[in-house]
Amino acid sequence: MDIHEYQAKEIISEYGVRIAEGGLAHSPEEAVQRAREIGGDVWVVKAQIHSGARGKAGGIKKCSSHAEVEAFTQEVLGKTLITKQTGPAGKVCSRVYVEAATDIAREMYFCILVDRSAERIVMVGCAEGGMEIEELAQTNPEKIKRIYIEPAVGLQDFQARKMAFALGIENSHLNHAIKTIKGCYRAVRDLDASMLEINPLVFTRKGELIAIDAKMNFDANALFRRHRIFELRDKSQIDPREVAAADHDLSYIGLDGDIGCMINGAGLAMATMDMIKLAGGEPANFLDVGGGASADRTEKAFRLVLADKGVKAMLVNIFAGINRCDWIAEGVVHAVRNIDMKVPLIVRLSGTNVEAGRRIITESGLPIIMAETLADAAEKAVKARNEVVARESRGNT
Amino acid sequence: MAILIDKSTRIIVQGFTGKIGSFHAQDMINYGSNVVGGITPGKGGQRHLGLPVFNTVKQAVHEVGAEASIIFVPPAFAADSIMEAADAGIKYCVAITDGIPTQDMMTVKNFLRRVPKEARMMLTGPNCAGTISPGKAMLGIMPGHIYKPGNVGIIGRSGTLGYEAADQLKALGIGVSTSVGIGGDPINGSSHRDVLERFAEDSETKVVLMIGEIGGQQEIEAGIFAKENMKKPLVAYIAGLTAPQGRRMGHAGAIISSEGESAAEKVAMLKELGATICQTPSSMGETVARVLAAT
Repeated sequence: MDIHEYQAKEIISEYGVRIAEGGLAHSPEEAVQRAREIGGDVWVVKAQIHSGARGKAGGIKKCSSHAEVEAFTQEVLGKTLITKQTGPAGKVCSRVYVEAATDIAREMYFCILVDRSAERIVMVGCAEGGMEIEELAQTNPEKIKRIYIEPAVGLQDFQARKMAFALGIENSHLNHAIKTIKGCYRAVRDLDASMLEINPLVFTRKGELIAIDAKMNFDANALFRRHRIFELRDKSQIDPREVAAADHDLSYIGLDGDIGCMINGAGLAMATMDMIKLAGGEPANFLDVGGGASADRTEKAFRLVLADKGVKAMLVNIFAGINRCDWIAEGVVHAVRNIDMKVPLIVRLSGTNVEAGRRIITESGLPIIMAETLADAAEKAVKARNEVVARESRGNT
Repeated sequence: MAILIDKSTRIIVQGFTGKIGSFHAQDMINYGSNVVGGITPGKGGQRHLGLPVFNTVKQAVHEVGAEASIIFVPPAFAADSIMEAADAGIKYCVAITDGIPTQDMMTVKNFLRRVPKEARMMLTGPNCAGTISPGKAMLGIMPGHIYKPGNVGIIGRSGTLGYEAADQLKALGIGVSTSVGIGGDPINGSSHRDVLERFAEDSETKVVLMIGEIGGQQEIEAGIFAKENMKKPLVAYIAGLTAPQGRRMGHAGAIISSEGESAAEKVAMLKELGATICQTPSSMGETVARVLAAT
């Protein structure tokens, strides 16, 4: 789960990391108010969306008057920002963070994350920070320092010192740097974060160590014990179809194709989507209905898939283990009867009680296309989709 | 001899008296697995499904000689149950539980490593369908009837995709020696490679089918092991050709986060390492059949 920069900054400041003075605003007037409270004469106004690389997308601006703060806030609020990380749909900005501008002497990169293959938490640091860190990782990997932390022992002072020296911290600032590094580690451990990235971490000309940006991401499996973090969830930053899916405990991801999918199991779902692509089609979504696909759940899943108006055909592929094909079939028939389906439906059932399941669908008299195998299902779905598209283009001419 | 479990393996169920634990314990018993009891702290001394309930895993090890365990404990407490099994001397543990926090799994793996590899409890999962040696024993939640006994070893992250493979094999008259689900989480008990090491030494397994996914490096590590150490052929399928970068495809582990983690990249690397690739998920059965015929 992602959170906003201002939320991440609030968290890390509680863990002893210094941040520039700043405040949140939902309107141009409020932004000016924040600038007044902060004082000084230069501010940075930053669009709050769940994405990095906001600067290049026009989401961050240095302002040297209240009028400029107001004008930029006006411009960016309500705007959809498209960054390298958001994808073509972009993300809508509904709040800005106004911060005192920092007089930067040097930028560094610092990140703590869970390394899945090492099965440990790793600290990653680089004396050269800023926006081009991904590029640096490609061109000069030796400049990037990685320090692994033993879970049972935790972060030791010598490791924090090692990181501080790798970041190029001078002796006089060592203690503060260690405090910052250890604070970040504690935040990751205490809050079940998967990642905490500070890019850049800077030295000001006054010799202060400040986090200019902060990005945190949390383990969705641990949210049951991190209520405070769960409360920070901003639904406006998530695809509304994914929010609806999550509310029904379904796993959904919207894609760019036009063949809707409903499948049980993540691996089988990915494989079925692969089959669609190999048959010449493009899946409209990833949807795992999971193990206990009741009639109600099946109907919700159907509605979710068909809410995407671009869907030209729908494919259901269920391999029943704990599930039973006859239950699934009843759910499908029920859903089709309740929803006014305008696109062809292809169903492939396999596993427990498959014969009974197929019989229920055939006897329903509904225009459902049955498929035997995975390949058969994908081919029939692509064929049905192509017929719909051909019909539509005839209708248009 | 199958790997990990056979007819005589003495199995206990952790989270025995709960709804899910009870259902699957009964299913395993019906299949013929040698279930000898279960654990539910606070219910020790009772009987459930005609079997003894213990308060601790240690008691089950002492009193009924438990060797393998299966975990149906809810996510918040599952890591603790896995560590209890390891501490009690269980040799093989399957964690079915879906949703264990990643940092808990970090702790579990650290705890397991406290003893040398020879003495270490083998863990598969979490978030998996379990392990089955068809015709011998089932330590999992899969539909047992779709597996025919035979000589193909299966390793996979996904439950239903593993069923699909077993079903395709069965349709061609081919059976399975053991099928092991390693689960869809980013940190799992055993990797593809860990399980492949077992299959490499198993006289009953002639070919191994590895069903991989996008994300992580495990399939490549397994491919390297197979090339260097395994005398039997490795067949592989990698799911997720259509998965976009940075999006998690259902499984917490199925996310392309860096180079070498996409399906196309993994396929290219595995091919180079000498594995036979299933070009499509519907050709897993026929690809294995072809390789099997050539052995």
